[in-house]
Amino acid sequence: MIAPKPDQAPRVDQVGVDERVARFRARSIKKASKVEALNLVLSQIDLTTLEGQDTPGKVRQLCQKAMRLHDSLPDVPHVAAVCVYPMMVAEAKKALGASGIKVASVATSFPSGMAPSDVKLEEIKLAVGLGADEIDMVISRGKFLEGKYQEVFDEIVACKQACGEAHLKVILETGELGTLDRVRHASLLAMQAGADFIKTSTGKIQPAATMPVTLVMLQAIRDYYYDTGRMVGMKPAGGISKAKLAIHYLVMLRETLGEAWMSPEWFRFGASSLANDVLMQLQKQRTGIYQSEDYFSKD
Amino acid sequence: MDKTVKAEGRSIDSASPREAQSAAKSASGARAKPPAASRLGVAKTYKLYINGKFPRTESGRYFTVADAKGNIAANMCRASRKDFREAVLAARAAFNGWAGASAYLRGQILYRVAEMLEARAEQFVTELKLMGVDKRAASREVTATIDCLVYYAGWTDKYQQVFSAVNPVASSHFNFSILEPVGVVSVLAGPENALLGFVEAIAPVIAGGNTAIALASEQNPLCAVSFAEVLHSSDVPAGVINILSGYRKELAEQFASHMDVNAIIANGGDASEIKMIQEQAANNIKRVIIRKKPIAPDPYQIIDVQETKTTWHPIGG
Repeated sequence: MIAPKPDQAPRVDQVGVDERVARFRARSIKKASKVEALNLVLSQIDLTTLEGQDTPGKVRQLCQKAMRLHDSLPDVPHVAAVCVYPMMVAEAKKALGASGIKVASVATSFPSGMAPSDVKLEEIKLAVGLGADEIDMVISRGKFLEGKYQEVFDEIVACKQACGEAHLKVILETGELGTLDRVRHASLLAMQAGADFIKTSTGKIQPAATMPVTLVMLQAIRDYYYDTGRMVGMKPAGGISKAKLAIHYLVMLRETLGEAWMSPEWFRFGASSLANDVLMQLQKQRTGIYQSEDYFSKD
Repeated sequence: MDKTVKAEGRSIDSASPREAQSAAKSASGARAKPPAASRLGVAKTYKLYINGKFPRTESGRYFTVADAKGNIAANMCRASRKDFREAVLAARAAFNGWAGASAYLRGQILYRVAEMLEARAEQFVTELKLMGVDKRAASREVTATIDCLVYYAGWTDKYQQVFSAVNPVASSHFNFSILEPVGVVSVLAGPENALLGFVEAIAPVIAGGNTAIALASEQNPLCAVSFAEVLHSSDVPAGVINILSGYRKELAEQFASHMDVNAIIANGGDASEIKMIQEQAANNIKRVIIRKKPIAPDPYQIIDVQETKTTWHPIGG
């Protein structure tokens, strides 16, 4: 297969994107709709810990949280997945058991992607072998920016093969791509190479997920769906820590891709502290009283 | 503020605004020089003080405050619970820095506030007079306010050694109790003494390393809201003191119920409000301090919003 060239992706009108995003942000979601949106956000979260200081204990703790978010809100949904390094996959898998929560593992020399292809593929196979249900890979931004699109493309194809049954999320690391045109091109390239999900960022680079970047990627998904009939998922990650912002993302999702994507199967938030803020807002809706972080678990 | 009212009165005379406007039109048509006395006064917009900034209320609502003569003195922001929520976020964010600042530094900053108030004394005397306080009493109140700030500035590096203790215990432990600020404190200012009452309510709170959200008195908010300008020009970090104006009936419940507020000080207030405050505060076991009448500055008001931490430290073997 041949990788799409930059001119095969449509140009992006940055001013138009910013204006569209501003309108999503002006939308006001209240009361019952807000509660419904907050519950949906919770069910779409990939609860994430990707730090050098991660330990099996910390991962177990995170899994406990993923299964039981908050004791005084027993009727909230659990999160979609727990996202960890390959080293922690077995631990997470064991801790989550039959809860229905997926284990996602980053791979391919996350976060830089600076490793030979065969090492990356080995890493994916290792993570899948340990029981990962989803693989979050990073593209080689260096090669992409150099114009070696075919190499980037072939690598994603090989990764998809290495995944087998596991879902493949492709991280574009939009903060390093520079322009929305390149984001749009990279999205198209990743989807044609077989990505099940496209994801904005590793969370290690600023800026991470932003609404304009996410809108461009959602539009790429929409056009790809019209062309091929294949649905691709979307995962903004990094920097989404407030419930209000997450709801703005849902508004954007609903108005760009429609009802079909409004589920954890097709849309995820990569976040570590978002869940707590959503829980605080839910508790506020229930009691009418503004909440404090003191009464919600730290991790 | 009263100067503005007078200036307008002079320029418009007894003519209605419409007559004045048409007169101005015909004058400009004739290319006549505009009358020298027609300068419009520039009235101050009273706004909220949240996180070191002066926003209007997010609700867009306002209420009118009348001066002693029954004229409109100002349109005040009628803060909403969302403004209060923003203020609590700011106060919480500022807490660690302020509580961790050295006692000496907090004292210096409070003293700096007193210096700034001294320089602006005239402005506050004018505002007090506008609200019906006679000149001499207004002057006395501003002076007493400055003295109150200096008084608490002095206490910042002394209350700890006066009120901490080494406790005798019957085991081989070094046992001591020290004071720590409780955290974010919400303050409902009373109606008496627009400036002095307000500053007496918040100064001991921040002297002890807490951060505060204060609601200015509903009847008499001018001085409290103007005091934000004094804070803004001193070295008080953003968020340490946040000042709202609005309806006490509407906001008191929020001040009492917010889970991220650790203590509430209510000055004045009737029995039903006190009952409500106590009930709401129970949600997160806030400290409740009710002051029915204004009280003169004393160090116990610092201790009211301090938590005592006792440590058992093993000694010997």
